[in-house]
Amino acid sequence: MFSNSLIFAEVAPSFWDNVWSIVLPVLCSLICIVVVMTFAGLSVVAERKISSYIQGRWGPNRTAIPYIEVIPFVGNFLKKNGLMQLAADGLKFLLKEDPLPKHVNKFWYMIAPVMSLAPVLIAASVIPFGIYWLDGKSNAIAVANLDVSLLFALAIGSLGVLGGIMAGWSSNSKLPYIGGMRAAAQVISYELAMGLSVLPVILMVASKGVQSPMSLFEISNAQSNSLWFCISQPLSALIFIVALFAETNRLPFDMAESETDIVSGYHTEYGSFKFGLFFVGEYGHIVVGSSIFIALFLGGWNPLPCESWPQSWGIWASILSVITFLVKIAMMIFFFIWIRWTLPRFRNDQVMNLGWKCLLPLALANFVGYLIYTSIR
Amino acid sequence: MAIIVERKRLSFWERTYLPQIFSGLYITIKNFFSPKVTLEYPDQRPVLPVGYRGAPVLVSDSNGRNKCVSCQLCEFVCPSKAIKVTPSAIPEDSEYAFIEKGPSEFQIDMSRCIFCGYCQEACPEQAIVMSTEFSINAYSRAGLLRKKNDLYKSGGVVPDRIMKWQKVKENSQKGK
Repeated sequence: MFSNSLIFAEVAPSFWDNVWSIVLPVLCSLICIVVVMTFAGLSVVAERKISSYIQGRWGPNRTAIPYIEVIPFVGNFLKKNGLMQLAADGLKFLLKEDPLPKHVNKFWYMIAPVMSLAPVLIAASVIPFGIYWLDGKSNAIAVANLDVSLLFALAIGSLGVLGGIMAGWSSNSKLPYIGGMRAAAQVISYELAMGLSVLPVILMVASKGVQSPMSLFEISNAQSNSLWFCISQPLSALIFIVALFAETNRLPFDMAESETDIVSGYHTEYGSFKFGLFFVGEYGHIVVGSSIFIALFLGGWNPLPCESWPQSWGIWASILSVITFLVKIAMMIFFFIWIRWTLPRFRNDQVMNLGWKCLLPLALANFVGYLIYTSIR
Repeated sequence: MAIIVERKRLSFWERTYLPQIFSGLYITIKNFFSPKVTLEYPDQRPVLPVGYRGAPVLVSDSNGRNKCVSCQLCEFVCPSKAIKVTPSAIPEDSEYAFIEKGPSEFQIDMSRCIFCGYCQEACPEQAIVMSTEFSINAYSRAGLLRKKNDLYKSGGVVPDRIMKWQKVKENSQKGK
């Protein structure tokens, strides 16, 4: 996004051009972080609200901020939909006493929550939120449009589990340790299936003659005016979404923090703001993971299969593309929560069985099958 | 002896687990849109069943006469000793002064009351009844001690078909 602003600086760049080339990326990153964190925060509310609706309850609808509450319509809307609960929850994490247990390894204990949140925000930098056109050339609305952004997002995104492992080990307590180990085992076993499942998609994009088929932007762009990859590669999409559920430690795969067996998993010993970081990190992981899924399989910023925002609309098409992408993220978050209340949690051995004996061979077979199909055709 | 449970052999689609997931998703989304069972309490009041035993109160008859004659049966029967009646004569100049006595003070300690309803059963005058009030709260223990006037006020008027006291009074005036 920012690289294009330097095009006109063909003469030796002045001081202000240099400043601008530093400030603009920082601004872009801040906007990206704000978007991801807002979605993470809103998904906390969504989790509470949707969970309670599915269970026949109303969910949080009483919390109110004094002066905002009395604004007609808006105040009541915010109150009834539990949006002011968000502020209360956030403030609670900020203002609570921050306990530091005596038996922990302090360095790793302190750094673990940061390690759980930071990779998510780094991975968010490559998500193509939309498309814009400059001189007839399409560009991604992303902080960094790398040529290997898919690889980057998968690699960095799954680093988030390091935070869990660090927390589990440094807590020096058995249940967090088990939680951390389970998280590690799960990520290792599902990362493989996840990586293998996207190979046919990359091949398919590459077969369209795209320069960099590993770029999330190019993959999304390949889906405009054609079928989405969730339709043309249904098995890949299925394996990817199952692995994504496992990677983000969501039910039915939340072995790492299954409260019925291991209290709360790796963040058992954490409280207040450090727990809040883990919490936001988890939801951020969902946001980033579902963005990758959308870019890969759900057509990115395109509104419908075989439809896309026309280039002739210019800036409006760009704005609509970003809105489409954000709406899709919201729908994915709804789906995550919907699944949570539909499927019971697996046992740990069942998770391992599914990962190694089912998804991995299936992903391989899918890849090989696609190779054979394309070579015969 | 161990019982051997026959396990049905699952079909291919059942083993993929996918149709079950979709039917489960259908059930949860149906619940999502179904009416909510939560009662939003302070705004919505629950529908109480007939014969609900809430806080005990004292009642007056349709002529406005306080029905309690301070026989102290409720005080005697109360298993938790929540009721305390101080009997006394009804003043001569009162409209209702005839034969019967009345309590000069009638206290129910709501922090002791167990809502058993024995006082209502024991009362020969049907003067003490269980109301439907269930939300009983105060800022202090003293606030939970209900006095005669409060009890009559919250009890109100319960129309009485028999009017025993009035009949006795009228008959005596006629010289029967």
